[in-house]
Amino acid sequence: MIRFDHVHYSIGGRKILEDISFEVQKGTTKIILGPSGIGKSTALRLILGLVRPDSGDIRIDGQSVVTADREALNAIRQDIGMVFQDGALFDSLTVGENVGYWRIENSDQSEEEIEAIVREKLTVVGLDPELIDSMPDELSIGMQRRVAIARALASGHPKIILYDEPTTGLDPNSLELVTDAILRLRDMGMTSIVVTHQLPDALKVGSDYLFLFDRTVHFEGDARALATSDDPTLRQFLDPFRKSLADAADTFGLVSSGSDTRARTP
Amino acid sequence: MLGFLSGSLVGFARLLVGLQELALFSARVFRSCFRGPFYLRDMYEQAYVAGVGSLHLALISSFFAGQALGLQFARQLSETGTVTLLGSLMSIAVVRALGPDLIGLVVAARLASGYTAEIGAMKSANQIDALVAFGTDPVKKLVVPRVVALFFMLPLLVILGDAVAMVGGAIMAKYVAHISLNLYWSQVSRSMVFGTILIGLVKPAVFALLISLIGCWKGFTSSGGTRGVGRSTTESVTIVSVMLLITDFMLTRVLFALLHW
Repeated sequence: MIRFDHVHYSIGGRKILEDISFEVQKGTTKIILGPSGIGKSTALRLILGLVRPDSGDIRIDGQSVVTADREALNAIRQDIGMVFQDGALFDSLTVGENVGYWRIENSDQSEEEIEAIVREKLTVVGLDPELIDSMPDELSIGMQRRVAIARALASGHPKIILYDEPTTGLDPNSLELVTDAILRLRDMGMTSIVVTHQLPDALKVGSDYLFLFDRTVHFEGDARALATSDDPTLRQFLDPFRKSLADAADTFGLVSSGSDTRARTP
Repeated sequence: MLGFLSGSLVGFARLLVGLQELALFSARVFRSCFRGPFYLRDMYEQAYVAGVGSLHLALISSFFAGQALGLQFARQLSETGTVTLLGSLMSIAVVRALGPDLIGLVVAARLASGYTAEIGAMKSANQIDALVAFGTDPVKKLVVPRVVALFFMLPLLVILGDAVAMVGGAIMAKYVAHISLNLYWSQVSRSMVFGTILIGLVKPAVFALLISLIGCWKGFTSSGGTRGVGRSTTESVTIVSVMLLITDFMLTRVLFALLHW
């Protein structure tokens, strides 16, 4: 379980996040929504301990990321896989070296063992294992994102996967393949946080939703609550995605009429 | 007037902050040099990039600079009737000053910009964060191999460059100064005293630290996407070039004092 407890974070005196508290239950997928530059990616960086909050605590399965020393933090990170924005693949390494990076650097496994794991993880995300010797720049952006997911899976012993804008900038076909990969991992029981401002993709994979606005948690709830919220700020953010919400409303047993989506009465 | 003064003060304050940051970064790099893990494969790759990759530039520039210097000296010494000192003068000028400075600047232009651009691009693409997330210390993985590799490769490049510059000087000795090559080379070897060799080796080793540390530091501190990386790369080459020449003077003074010259 991931728990944010009254977290405040600022850069150079500029407040980015204020009094953020939420939980992500084991095996669920939390979607963090919000406009660009609102601090969504920062929330993921805080979980990984890449940046430290000004105050408050972040706990992963009871262990504080904030007070952990470097060694403890590295141990916690072994439970977390991170899919960075744009993949962040090491462009001087092959696909195989990227996916197996953590094991090459941190484990005593033989080359053959690592290659077998790399091939398995590539298959899990729906990629051809024969891509192992390709360079990242030889792949499409959608394939690069899936390699990044495979790398997150092959690093340590991840129980949690953090996705930073995994579907941004993808064509519809790649988008579906990446979403399928995320769904597959969700169905395998992985706890996930997906940061996105693309609601249609979020609705496919999310268990519950959190809307960040004006540095704070403006909304938290499931798809039903998201679709039926009367909050004007949230509705304004969701307005461009009316059709997706209407579809979701149908899926979750709601009645939609135009932009207004209300809970169906029994 | 007030605007100029406040602008100068702000500039000076920024310079001090920058120097402090560089000093802290350098201290972290030196600490990391003695603590594992050691990325020997990366070190070998960086030694290849720095050494073999810069060899042709070092040799070509040294050969022509040696000839230019030999030509100048030959003309000047001929006028005073001391042309037989050409070999001696060449070895002092090349080994103590021209070789380290010239090759230092050539390598700085190539590698300081390369280090800044490479690390800056990695930072911009979140690859540095990815390294940290995978438990890798980016300073140990990216900076230490570059610093160690260049520390050993630049003096080697300077030795080879010095030798080639001497050959350039020898051509001028034979065809412009019209002195025998035996005399030229015996003058060269006679001038190769301990102090000259020490200066010729200490300078490139210090320059190597300057080039690699400033190049990597500018990469780590770059921000603002590709435009920011471009700006940092330009700043990196400029700072390294100026620092190299300032350090050259200061180092010469210190070494002369140590050698009681």
